[in-house]
Amino acid sequence: MVLKYVMAASGAAMLLYLVLHMIGNLKIFFGADALDSYSAWLRTLLEPAVPYAGVLWAIRVILTVALVAHVVSAIVLARRARAARPVRYVHRQPVQGSYAARTMRWGGVIILLFAIYHVLDLTTGTLNPNGVHGAVHANVVADFDPSRWYLTLFYTLAVLTVGFHVRHGLWSGLQTFGRSNALTQRALKTFAFVFAAVLVVGFLSVPFAATFGLV
Amino acid sequence: MRLHLKVWRQHDADDRGSMKRYDVDDASPDMSFLELLDVLNEKLTVDGEEPVAFDHDCREGICGACSMVIDGQPHGPEKATTTCQLHLRHFKDGDTITVEPFRAGAFPVVKDLVVDRGAFDRIIAAGGYISAPTGSAPDAHAVPVPKDQADRAFTAAACIGCGACVAACPNGSGSLFLGAKITHLGEMPQGRPERNSRVLAMVEEHDASGFGGCTNTGECAVACPKEIPLDVISQLNRDYLAARKARRRSA
Repeated sequence: MVLKYVMAASGAAMLLYLVLHMIGNLKIFFGADALDSYSAWLRTLLEPAVPYAGVLWAIRVILTVALVAHVVSAIVLARRARAARPVRYVHRQPVQGSYAARTMRWGGVIILLFAIYHVLDLTTGTLNPNGVHGAVHANVVADFDPSRWYLTLFYTLAVLTVGFHVRHGLWSGLQTFGRSNALTQRALKTFAFVFAAVLVVGFLSVPFAATFGLV
Repeated sequence: MRLHLKVWRQHDADDRGSMKRYDVDDASPDMSFLELLDVLNEKLTVDGEEPVAFDHDCREGICGACSMVIDGQPHGPEKATTTCQLHLRHFKDGDTITVEPFRAGAFPVVKDLVVDRGAFDRIIAAGGYISAPTGSAPDAHAVPVPKDQADRAFTAAACIGCGACVAACPNGSGSLFLGAKITHLGEMPQGRPERNSRVLAMVEEHDASGFGGCTNTGECAVACPKEIPLDVISQLNRDYLAARKARRRSA
């Protein structure tokens, strides 16, 4: 039971990061300078109280801890769930569970693989066609060039998976912390859906804008 | 009406079990699903075969003894209906119906469609009660209960402990059952003194019995023949957090 709270708390931490990440991404619509200087600001944040890129590394460490906690509890809980039904049904159709709820586990695996690619692409620049550190705008534009349409498609699918994951995860986390009751249940589900939809639109606007040459 | 049945047959707990096909030619639309099995069993007995074992008691939809997953849904396709109150008029002539036991590691199959739901009894024994001194009955309404709390307690108390929530849950979790008991007793003044120790002990027993964790898919509340609402799980989670906090404070 305790693992469920670990799941919800670590999910909440990563969700908060996603919101900040999306807001940061949207700087691209204010021009190349806005995005690049935002990226530089993230590194000089709270200087000289903390060293160069100190805040950024603190966030990375927190994220990694949250990710490990989230994945480990997911694996333990999934194994427990499997053990709780050793013999499968011959015939059983899910009635209530939404698509989002049913794809949490494999969706999570897909998101993890995507996140690894994403870090290698736009954080380290290893897999980026431009890959110049600090030249965020140029990297993004090179990444989502029309000739690399398959990458835009891949990012779209990955972000949609994140959207589904957040849609069920946010509602589920609120329920885990006992924040829902009969009156607020419907409202919280709607809130989770809108929240996920805003994230998806916000995140997808950047690669699409780059592919169609709007930024 | 004529019905084709695919029924899970398993001789005992150690048997591997398999689905077997049976035809019932003389079913009536007014029969309950249990009566359909009665008719099948009469035929099997005459034919010298072992009748299909299944749990049943009151056949009025209030005891929680009947179980079975019928056509992929605990207690069958009708909403808010136990197997004993499921009538054949909801099926069509010539239908093929699959009948399986509730599937959960914590509910081992005893024989055919009968499963051992003793795990629920152990959860109740762990804390699903109030401790009251014996003696003469107290005056009625000596302890006032606000109407909304009484209503909520009553809604949760409608749980008959049949285990359909566990059977429906993709994780084999008993959280709806737990939540119903926690809410039922926690809303009443008589249940308040043991509120914290109750939730800790019942959750511990639930997890130790091999039930899975809740992922809030909501399958349980749909399958529940007594329509226990999903928000009792939220109540359970809230009470559990509060109880752990209280334990830390007193430690």
